[in-house]
Amino acid sequence: MSTRRGFIQKTIQGAALATSGGMLWSYLVIQNARAAPLALRPPGAVDDKDFSALCIKCGRCVESCPYDTLKLAAVADRAPLGTPYFEPRKIPCYLCHDIPCKNACPTGALAPELNDVMQSRMGLAFIDTEHCLSWQGLRCEICYRVCPLREKAITVEVQRRGRSKHAMFLPVVHSGACTGCGICEKACPTQVTAIRVMPAHLIQGKIGDHYRLGWMHTTPVSEGADVPDVLMGPPEQVPERGGAPGLDYLNQQDL
Amino acid sequence: MSALWGWRYLIHRRVVQLGVLLLFFGTLHWGWSLFGQPVLSGNLSASKFAGQVPLADPFATLQILLTGHLLEPEVLLGAGLVLGFFLVVGGRVWCSWVCPVNLVTDLAGFLHQKTWRKNLFGLPQSLRYTILALALLLSIVIGLPAFEWVSPIGAMHREIIYGLGMGWTALLGLFLFDWLVVKHGWCGHLCPLGAFYSLLAQKTAQLRVQFDRDSCNSCGDCAIVCPEPQVLNLRRLAEDRQVLSGACTNCGRCIPVCPKDSLAFGWRLQKGRPAPQPL
Repeated sequence: MSTRRGFIQKTIQGAALATSGGMLWSYLVIQNARAAPLALRPPGAVDDKDFSALCIKCGRCVESCPYDTLKLAAVADRAPLGTPYFEPRKIPCYLCHDIPCKNACPTGALAPELNDVMQSRMGLAFIDTEHCLSWQGLRCEICYRVCPLREKAITVEVQRRGRSKHAMFLPVVHSGACTGCGICEKACPTQVTAIRVMPAHLIQGKIGDHYRLGWMHTTPVSEGADVPDVLMGPPEQVPERGGAPGLDYLNQQDL
Repeated sequence: MSALWGWRYLIHRRVVQLGVLLLFFGTLHWGWSLFGQPVLSGNLSASKFAGQVPLADPFATLQILLTGHLLEPEVLLGAGLVLGFFLVVGGRVWCSWVCPVNLVTDLAGFLHQKTWRKNLFGLPQSLRYTILALALLLSIVIGLPAFEWVSPIGAMHREIIYGLGMGWTALLGLFLFDWLVVKHGWCGHLCPLGAFYSLLAQKTAQLRVQFDRDSCNSCGDCAIVCPEPQVLNLRRLAEDRQVLSGACTNCGRCIPVCPKDSLAFGWRLQKGRPAPQPL
């Protein structure tokens, strides 16, 4: 075999080996990265894809967490190997005001811009109303009472209970304020938690631009009209509660 | 005592390797502190010494930069400090004096020499440079730091410091590969981090093994214990008067095994005068 021919052959073989090896390698990495959307990250974590690229897996956020909330993911955990995550039902994030985990991060995977921990968006709580005690008409509302943003992230809506004259006190989560700390999930007294924190993008819908909620927009019809404020804007401005039937039934005549 | 003297560099290296891991472990689990600050928090990917000095793995940092992400100054400074240290002292000093995988592969290499001595197949030593290039290229293409996501080095120090479970399986794989399949398979042929330090510090590394050609009797004992035997090519040594190859890890095993004391640690500029025990 001539040297020239041999050289070309070797070059092609080498290139083929590098290509197939490279593809196998990227497959491994991408497969590992598929766990990223399932993970609840520390406060200030940037978007999934950016976080996966930026996290150097040093574990300093884990080390700085005073509650041992954060863990580094092992093989087959709900997060890519070596990255930090937490499971609220075991230990939730207690929202330290000085955010030590974010301050420890050397790379910016936990955004240094986050100054108010209450502005963090680690996930979003949602309630399985079929298994929530309050939604069955029992008095519980533990999630509401433990919520660090009570009245903002979780409110209690009062409603008449059909089968008795009692009121129902229904916890409702508001995504605009929920940090995803998971203190509610930890506190839920049901056997399997009925309020659960998940990464928001896994559970949150989107209306889309092809629908317009008329009362949120000024239209030629509503322009200049005197629309009461209470009908506009976020839930905390919606009408005052307290007048629900059954709420104060002991003092009502039909006892 | 003289037997121990023959193992002096090996013992020094083990003390340094285990000492670094112990500092990380003690800081995390026992709250060791220095001047009221954690002694060494983090792990070998990135850390902070005494709450002041950032340190970071320059190869990991480079991969993250190649994914197209900007990094905070802290990690860039840390990577610069570490890179600077190894550029001046000797690139692969990292490999034999700090990297924890070296504990596993040294043992596997030793067992290979004692029990097996047969490679299942040959691997070119230059393969690691291809893997290094591939790691950098893949980081650009898939937007994730490619080697950091599969690194057995990371798996090992995270395993030891944080106790994750299962990380040891990667190490077991490496151990079996190095012992029974290819001698010095991982560190000598595959590892892109070693390749990275080896390439970068080729011209700058100051700590070099010095060679005295007059006393050498060409017995070849040094090459038997050397994990990178190609760096001890006697013809090149006679010319350069020292080991110039960046692939040398400065492990120092060759120095005590030489029956003629022809090898010694010294500085690059000394050129061939074996210093009387500089370390």
